[in-house]
Formats: sequence, C-alpha cells, structure tokens
Amino acid sequence: MKFIDEYRDKDKIRTVLEEIHRRADEPLTLMEVCGTHTVSIARYGLRKVLPETIRLISGPGCPVCVTSNGDIDRAISMARIPGAAVATFGDMIRVPGSASTLALERANGQDVRVVYSPLDALKIAEENPGIKIIFDGVGFETTAPTVAATALEARTRGLKNFFIFSAHKTVPLALKALLSLGEVKLDGFLLPGHVSAIIGSHPYEFLAEEFGMACVISGFEPLDILQSILMLVRQAKSRRPKVEIQYRRGVDPGGNPKALEVMARAFEPADVEWRGIGQIPGTGLVLRDEFAELDASRVFNLPVPPAKEARGCRCGEVLRGVIRPEECALFAGLCTPQTPVGPCMVSFEGSCAAAYKYGS
Amino acid sequence: MCVAIPARIKSIEGSLADVEVGGVLRKISVQLTPEARKDDYVLVHAGFAIHIIDEQEARETLKVFEELGALEDEREGFKDSRGQGFE
Repeated sequence: MKFIDEYRDKDKIRTVLEEIHRRADEPLTLMEVCGTHTVSIARYGLRKVLPETIRLISGPGCPVCVTSNGDIDRAISMARIPGAAVATFGDMIRVPGSASTLALERANGQDVRVVYSPLDALKIAEENPGIKIIFDGVGFETTAPTVAATALEARTRGLKNFFIFSAHKTVPLALKALLSLGEVKLDGFLLPGHVSAIIGSHPYEFLAEEFGMACVISGFEPLDILQSILMLVRQAKSRRPKVEIQYRRGVDPGGNPKALEVMARAFEPADVEWRGIGQIPGTGLVLRDEFAELDASRVFNLPVPPAKEARGCRCGEVLRGVIRPEECALFAGLCTPQTPVGPCMVSFEGSCAAAYKYGS
Repeated sequence: MCVAIPARIKSIEGSLADVEVGGVLRKISVQLTPEARKDDYVLVHAGFAIHIIDEQEARETLKVFEELGALEDEREGFKDSRGQGFE
C-alpha cells in the first residue's frame, strides 16, 4: 500500500538500526505517548533490536485507557435510558466501568451501537427519529475535530435526537502534568503523529524550552519510529532539545487550521480526570454553551455513584510509565484480553494488550 | 485511536469524497481538508480526511534512508580499501 509499504523496507530498517547502535552511547529514556506507537513498537519488536542504552517506555497515549471510570459509568447509565441508544467507537465497548461494560449492557438488551465515524451515529439519528442517539466521544485531538464537525452538522440539519457525550482530551498539557509529577526521569518524547497532524508542532515547544526534553513527532511505520529515535539520540547528544517533525508527510508545523477552527467552535477546555493519573487542568474538551442542547452531560444529567477501581489493577502506573505491564501481578494471569481487569488490557492500543499480544 | 490511513481520493462532491484504500471504496468527509482535490492522498480518521499527504515530503523521508544506506556503503567501501575503520 502506498505510503505504508515503503516505510517497512527491511534493508532501510537495518541501516537505521545500525546507525542508532553506532550513535547511542549514553543512556536515554524516551517516552512514547500514542497508543498507535505502543502497538507498532510491540508488533515490530523494536525494543528487542534497539541498543540497551535506549529505554523506551509507554505513556498515557491511549485515549480509551485514560477515560475515567466515572465517564464509563455515565455512558453505561445513558445506555440504560429507555428510548436511547449509545453509539461508540469499537474499542470502548469492553472497557470496564465500576461494575459493567457497554458490551455487557448490550448483552442485557440495551441499545449500544459500534460506529466507525461520528457521522455514522448522526446517520443513525436521522434514520431513527424516535430514538435518542448519544454518541460517546472518546479520543484526543485527532478525533475531537471530527466530533466537532459532526456537532456542527447536527445543528445545521436541525436534528433533535442526536447528542454528544464528550470524554475528549488534549495531549500537550497532560505531558506537562506528567513531567511535573517527576515520577520518571525522561530525556525525550516520541510525539504522536496524528494528534500532531491536527495541532502541529508548536504546542509542544514548552517541553523542549521549559523541560529540556528532546522531542520528535513520529510516523507509525517501523522506519518512521526508528528514524525518530535516531533523531532523538542526535538531539540528546547535541544538548540542544527542540521539537522536530520526522513525520513530515503527515504533519505541518502549523497543523490543520481548519480542523483546529472547527474543534474550537464546538469545544472549550475543561478540567477533567485522567484514569490512573487524576485531574489534569485544561485537558478536557467540553461542548460550548451554544451547543447545550446537543450536550448529553447536560441533557441527561444522571447522577452516578462514586467510581470504583478494580482491586490490584495497576493501569495508572502503566499509563504514567512507572511500571511496565509485566510488572503488574495481574498481567497475563487474572488480567488477559479475554478477561480484562483494567482498560490497558482491553483497548487494542493499551500497553498491556500490546505486551500480551506481541510480547515485550 | 490515533489510527489514520492513507487513502486516494477518487472523486469529490461537495464535502464528501469517495476514497480508495487497497481496493476498498468508502465515502468520507473532506470538511476538515477543504483544499483536497481528486487524486490527492489523504490521511483518513473516523470517516474524515484530516491531512493531505505531502508526496514530496514522503519522498524526502525515504531519500534520507537511501542516503543513510549510501553513507553506510561508503563506510564499508572506505574500510575495505584502507583496511581500517572509518571512525
């Protein structure tokens, strides 16, 4: 496939790896913060072929994994509303809330529908005027503009039975919070490629300027990731941290202005809870007052009991890069993709699921 | 969740485009990439084009690897001819 196969070329991979081995003579700890990077790194066994000087850890890059237990509980309570259906992205339906999952609710007869696009949920609403369709919006800045565009479309079409429950979050300030926790000593970041296709490179500059982090915005194929690691190694050695774009075919420094504009028209920042991390100010996206009639959390104000985390689940520490999945006592024992305890094992992009499926 | 796939635009009508990914056709929205045109390659996420792929940049990235490979060949050639390491 064009724009994919070329970046999996074995000879080129070997060449870049040799260069990395040649250059990486001092220890470096790098964090990747994108679920798709987590999967790619695991699938291609990149940790095994990198030099021992480079430690690659996973951060909170899986938006499904960092959706709070409370938000899952709220989505579940919406699914239980008579005459309402929850439309959601596929990998949300098996994520455990305090006591249930959307998949379990569906098995129990509630109306839960998996969609590929928020526009699909809009179509369902148009075709079923008698059902209240509540779209469960999860995702970072890659996804938020698509949901924002859908909100605007719903408004234009005058739909009265379409609602959005936003659990969307933004990345840059979350990285700041993570660094401020000071739990892991990092030298640099492998930054998300498609979030950056939307927001560009400028929002990350504080990571280099204030925190001295080497930063490279990376594509997702093995060559992309390896080239990015080489760029990070070079940056670290030069002692001049900055934000570079490896994924130049996918990211402009200014991002996608239209997508940013649409996102800002429908959403505004809010303080929200990240599962496993706690509250991070300004990292949530909530629908603006003008869209109150579309806002499921305002229209369906359902109280839910305080959220409860599963005992023994260490997803939080995995998400903060403090432990690797294998260090959790439940990993591959009580917690497997078939019987997941926490979100990191359920989500296709969760660190634990990737480690289980591909090995570390 | 960050998954976006390169797809070629076969036709556009208003804010909707027919795209092709490895032989499969799908309708997507190009609302977020108003400059997209027929035959452009775009990154598709959740039913929307989010970025028009820069083919020139794609080629440049691949060229870097080729240059790295050429440098590697040169090193090897140099080593062989001199009988000692390049560095």
